[in-house]
This record gives sequence, structure tokens and C-alpha cells, in this order.
Amino acid sequence: MCGGIVADGAYVPRHRLQRAELAAALAGHGGKGARTVASYDEDSTTMGVEAARRAIGDRRPGAIHFATSTPAYLDKTNATAIHAALDLGHEGFAVDMGGAPRSAVGAFRAAAASGGLAVLSDLRTGLPASADERGGGDGAAAFLFGDEPDAIATVVAQASATAEFLDRWRVPGEIASRSWEERFGQQMYTPLITDAVSRALAHAGIEQADHVIVSSPHARTAAAAAKAHPGAVPSQEGPLGYAGAADAWLKLAAVLDRAAADETILVISAADGCDAIVLRTTARLPDARAALPVRTQLQNGRDVVYATYLTWRGMLDREPPRRPEPDRPAGPPSARTEAWKFGLVGSRCTNCGFVSLPPLRVCKRCHHLDEMERIGLGRVDGTVATYTVDRLAFSPSPLMINAVVDFDGGGRYTLEVADASPEEVQIGTRVQMSFRRLYTIDGIHNYFWKATILRVADGEA
Amino acid sequence: MASNGIRDRVAIVGMGCTPFGEHWDRSADDLMVDAIKECFATTPELTLEDVDAFWLGTMNSGQSGAVLSRPMALDYKPVTRVENMCATGSEAVRNACYAVACGAYDTVMAVGVEKLKDTGYSGLVRSNVAGDGTAPEMTVTAPAAFSLLDPAYCKKYGVDQQAMRDAMTHIAWKNHHNGALNPRAQFQKEVSKEKIAASPLVAGRLGVFDCSGVSDGAACALIVRAEDAYKYTDRPMFIKALALAAGPANGPMDPGYDYTTFEEVVRSCADAYQQAGITDPRTQIDLAEVHDCFTPTELVLMEDMGFSGRGRAWQDVLDGAFDLDGRLSVNPDGGLKSFGHPVGASGLRMLFENWQQFRGEAGERQLDDPKVGLTHNLGGRPGTCVSFVSIVGSERD
Repeated sequence: MCGGIVADGAYVPRHRLQRAELAAALAGHGGKGARTVASYDEDSTTMGVEAARRAIGDRRPGAIHFATSTPAYLDKTNATAIHAALDLGHEGFAVDMGGAPRSAVGAFRAAAASGGLAVLSDLRTGLPASADERGGGDGAAAFLFGDEPDAIATVVAQASATAEFLDRWRVPGEIASRSWEERFGQQMYTPLITDAVSRALAHAGIEQADHVIVSSPHARTAAAAAKAHPGAVPSQEGPLGYAGAADAWLKLAAVLDRAAADETILVISAADGCDAIVLRTTARLPDARAALPVRTQLQNGRDVVYATYLTWRGMLDREPPRRPEPDRPAGPPSARTEAWKFGLVGSRCTNCGFVSLPPLRVCKRCHHLDEMERIGLGRVDGTVATYTVDRLAFSPSPLMINAVVDFDGGGRYTLEVADASPEEVQIGTRVQMSFRRLYTIDGIHNYFWKATILRVADGEA
Repeated sequence: MASNGIRDRVAIVGMGCTPFGEHWDRSADDLMVDAIKECFATTPELTLEDVDAFWLGTMNSGQSGAVLSRPMALDYKPVTRVENMCATGSEAVRNACYAVACGAYDTVMAVGVEKLKDTGYSGLVRSNVAGDGTAPEMTVTAPAAFSLLDPAYCKKYGVDQQAMRDAMTHIAWKNHHNGALNPRAQFQKEVSKEKIAASPLVAGRLGVFDCSGVSDGAACALIVRAEDAYKYTDRPMFIKALALAAGPANGPMDPGYDYTTFEEVVRSCADAYQQAGITDPRTQIDLAEVHDCFTPTELVLMEDMGFSGRGRAWQDVLDGAFDLDGRLSVNPDGGLKSFGHPVGASGLRMLFENWQQFRGEAGERQLDDPKVGLTHNLGGRPGTCVSFVSIVGSERD
């Protein structure tokens, strides 16, 4: 086991589905609050990229351990797209751990063991009117492990219990999972949790942790476990919803947002057994917190109506735009332009400084040939030079907003604007880059970058 | 930039142009046959047999010279198929003219054709080169790309958004007014300014009536040596200038580009004016057929072509400067807006209006004895385009 967590990052998608909206749409019970919703152009990979970008800053992890229960691809590693979007070159390891939410524990442990990056990301979808739909959430978290002196938290103990029983299951290809009678699951989980937690606490040499995080696809179990194993500091996490493979980890990120130095955090993940992990925060934490707290991200949502949500999740088959679908991204060109397409890396003329997006060999300003250096724009903000709202374009979710973006320090590209309404975009609007899925054709996800509006309220500007 | 030009060395002595529109009953083959048939019917001194070589312009309606040689049953003549996006028809003319000017042939024909309405989609459908899926052209539609001009122009010149909307509306209104006087136009109906301004939005502030008509059509021109021209017609049309500029596509990459101009148009106009000896386009040109694919395009073109001062076109448009009876009639035939835009045919259609105007055959749109005309064809989108400009005249200088 290496030193500990040296940085973390969380990504909460901007869209919210109000439970009152659910209740109105389905003439049923909705409950209070809202759930987080990944937009149509987000998936577990893109959300993972956003969380990972926030976690690593300019560090270059040697391994990416990615876990999700909703992989964008099967038979193709999704972590490689994350690796490319982080512009890590070709060196290193990238692996998916997929299937069940518990795979995230595996990704976290593997990253902790090797000093790599754990990326835990998920979308939760239930059938209309289900508790999973109401109580689910989408999001991602990432944890970079490194040497002890740099750690903001160290893993001091962990214990696991495993049992095979039918509580929740999903056949590959299905959108929603099924579950057994609720009381059965709780009966099965409770002793496993008690066992794992008591061993972990004993190993850590504490009786009670300062902060306790409970995560389980079995909501009643989670509530009961939280009651049985309270933290010394009350939970403040609020309406996160159950985010599958990202759930415990978004909550951990939220605790790291506010925990004091030298406090203990008990993570209880009850999914097909129980994994209990005890962490201790370090004196470095208060000065090395994630820039964008989970709470802040949760507070700044934009509502999506239920019909749109259903469309995004593929449960409402709407009339497509009367436009030909775009061509599928081709394999060889996408491989040739990997750094550009996934990493938003352009070229800058070493003679005159002109920035070319995508990278070019001949400078458009001074016409010098093959005198280019690479310039990464993924973390560079920009300003809208002009814009339009395309009502004719093929889009998985019309309207499509496009903006000509001038990057700070040079470079221009025309990008879609994500998570925005037309009236929010003007000449001069400040934007940042976000890794998204433009559309999917022939089963190929067209990953590229979009612009999102920099909002002062989010602490983003 | 220097072009020697071929001023007055070649002339057009016959033309044909089908009505443009949704020709559900006509194939691209039919349209070419119709245009060529009309051309020879009105140029009895020449037959198809007399034509030494052909240039065929089409963007999407077929590949190779066989697209023309097959339906016309041409016996082993040279046929070159050319493509330069929306300037494709003009490109066919340009290359055909050069072939005569250099002495390779005495009599050639340029043909432009496009069948757009068989795709099942409204708007243009293009075939793309396999790519990485990052080019905005893959998803951003043409109206959206040109609508970028509107906010940029308003911002740069401090033009009130309503005034800009009014200018765009006026351009659409004018071109529909002119098209209503044109029996070959796709839309032969006046449209009220209220209706134009309130039309359903397509992209940005562009409504349906800010966009050119998607249509099928064909047009052609017979081109001979200038010295032979009067053998075939008493009213030939002389080529004064042919200019083409393909930009390096700086705009989408260069923060210095402000989306209020087409540098390709500025350059191609300068070249054409120099070839034709035009020093003051506002007074020396009697009519201009310009590439009004979308209303803000025509507005910006007025400045790029030197018909209006920078930042002044919107006012000139609103003052009626480019109306049929204005100081310079722009798109007297209705333009792409109401004549329609079958891509490969449009450049030749623009010449056809000059041809008719010079011959006094423009009916209700007839201008008062025009002698010098301009055609302008744009292929691409703001910041990334090719621009073609021709100057034609009714007299040899």
C-alpha cells in the first residue's frame, strides 16, 4: 500500500430531475428534492474524465483504474479514453472494472496499492416510477494516490465480508436492475456490515470514526447502517441520491471537502457483501482540498423535464431530426488525431506563436512548415466570439448551441455549448472545456470537447 | 495578386436554364437535357455536334464526365466534371472559358446541374470524407454557420438588433419581389416583411425566409472565341473577368477574424475588378448576381464587393440601394433566395440573368439598358470558403 490519497476530484452533472416533476408526470409518489442527471452527451466515461481532470491537476498518474456499472463500451476499455482525455501519452496502465458497484472498491484498492488514479463513475437508471429512478443519481469521483508526505488522507484499515445472495441483479443490456423482496436483502446485509465494520475499526484502533459514509444499493440497509454506525461529526451530505459505482466515493469527496485535519473517515460500502475502509485525514488536507466542492456542485443545477430525461435515457423514442445522421467517426483518423480529439491538444507555431486547432503542419499566419509545438487547451478557458443556435442540425437533443470560442492566450475553435440555454450565450460569454460525447453512430461514441459556461456562482470563474 | 485575365477574348453566345424548383418529375439527366435543348433552340447557328469540349459542374449529382456524356449521348468528346462546392457552376464556366481563350478549342459548353430534392431531406446533404468526428462542419448546418455573421456584425458596428433584422428581412423581401417577376424562379411569390420576420427559426435569428431555396435545376452556356461571337448571335455576352479565391480557412482558427467579412470575396473581387478595369464598382456595374445563400450573406457581400462602406450595408439595404429600381440592382432574378439553389447550376443561372438582361429579355424585371454585370458565387462557409467573381459585358471594349 502506498502513501495515500494526494488529491481528489468530484463531478456532479449539472442537470436535476425534480422529484415533484416525477410525481406530476407519473401521477404518483415523487418525494422531495431532486436527483442528479447526466446530460445526453455525458456517460460514465465523460463524467469520469471531468472528475479525473479535477483530481490530477498537472500530475500524470501511471495507472487509471476505472469502475462503473454503466460502461459506455464493452469489449473496449473505457479507461483508455479517460487516459487519452487526460493527455497522458501512451505510457501507463488503464483498466476498467465493470459490472457491479462493488467494482469501484476494487478500483480504489488497486489505485491505492499502485499509486494510481481511481476513477469511479456511474449513471443510475430505473424503470419509470421506480424507487431507483427517484433515488438514483449520476456522478463521478476520482482519487489520486501518491507518497505519504503529499497525502491528504491515508488508508489506515480495511476489512471485507462477502456473501452470495440475490438482492439486486441486472442482465447485460438491460437498463434497470431488479431486486428481491426488500426485507431479505436487509437481513443478509446487516451481519456482513457489522462484521466488516467492527474488524476495520478494530484494525484502525478506534471505536467510532469522526465521519461515516454509508453506501448501498439497498436503501433500507444504508439507512439502518448509518444509524448503527454513526460518526462523531453529523453527516451533511444531503440529497446525493444513490450513484452506483460512484456513490461511496462522491460521498467521500464531499467529506474531504469539509473534514478537518487528523480526523477519521469510515467508508461502509455494502454491495454484495461489505467493504469497510478507515481513512485518516492529514494536516495537508485543509490546504489541498478539491477546488470545486460537491456541495457547491449540487447547489447549482438546472432542471430537466421528465420527458427530456426519458429521451436522454433512451426510454422515450422521439421523432428524430429530419436530417441525415452524421458520419461515424472513423478509426484511423481518430487514432491519428488522438491527442487532438481526446486531449484537445493543438499546435503552436514556434516561429510566430499562432495556435492551430486542430494541429496543422503549415502555420496559417507565417506559413512556416513543420515548426510546431504542442499546446493543450483542455484546461484553458475562452470567450465566445460569435454564436448560433442550430435548430436544423442533427443532435441527440436539439437545439444545438454552437459558439466560436477564442481561447485565452491564442487559438480558436467552433464548439458546441453544453448544459446551457440559448439565452445564456452571448458574444463575450466566458466558457471552459468539458469532455463530452457528441453523438453515437453505429455503436461508436463520438467523444470530443464542448464548451460550458463559466459561472461565478459555482466558484468556477 | 496578379491575373492576366482573358478580358474580351471569349464570349457566351447561347444559354439555357431550366426553371428551378422541386422537380419530382425530372431527373438530373432530364434537367441537363432540358437546359441544353433550350440553349440550342435559341442558338440555331450551332448544334451539339459543333461543341468541341464540355465542362460539367455538379457537387453531388454524379461523378465524372459520364454524368453528361451518357444522357446527351456525346460521342467521345472531352467532358470534365468539376466541383467547387456552391461555386461549382461558376467553376465549370471558368475552366471552359480558359480552354477557348488558350486556343485549345473554338466552341465549348459549360453545364451545371444539381438534383437536391431526391435525398428525402430538406436542406443540403453532403458526403463527407472519413474523419475523426471533431470538425464542426460535420454537425453545424449551413444556415447555422452563416447565422454567425448576424451577432458578430451587430456587435462590431453597434447595429441595433432590430435594424439588422429589418435589413435581413428587406433582403429576403427584395429577392422574393424580384423572383415573383421571374417565371423560372422556384418561389414566384412576394412575401410580406411581417411574414419574413416572423418565419420559423432555423438557426440563430435566421428564419425559413432567410434561407435560399433548396431546388433542382440545370443551366448551360455556349462559349466561343470573341471574334467568332457575332457569327452565332447578334447579342453575345463578353467575359471581362473570371476570378477565384480559395481561402486558407483561417477564420475558424484565427481570433483575428471577426465574422463580418469574407476575405475570399474581397480578394476575388479585387482580382476581377482589376481584370475588367473596374475602379468604381458602385457606378461601373449595372447589375450584380451575388451568392445570397442566407440574408446576412448578401448583406456582408455588399461591403466585401465594395458596393457599401464597411458597417454601412445594413443602412444601404434598408434605403433600397440594391432593390430592382435601386442604384445597383442586386439579384434582379430573385437570387438563390427565390430563384432557388441547385448547387452546381447556380453559377450558370447567375450568368443567365445577365444574359437575359443584356438581351432585353428579362420581362418585368428588365433593367434600363445594362451593359456590365457581375456574378458572385461562394462555396463553403464564413472563414472557410472559395469565392468566384465574374464580370460580363454586353459589348466588347
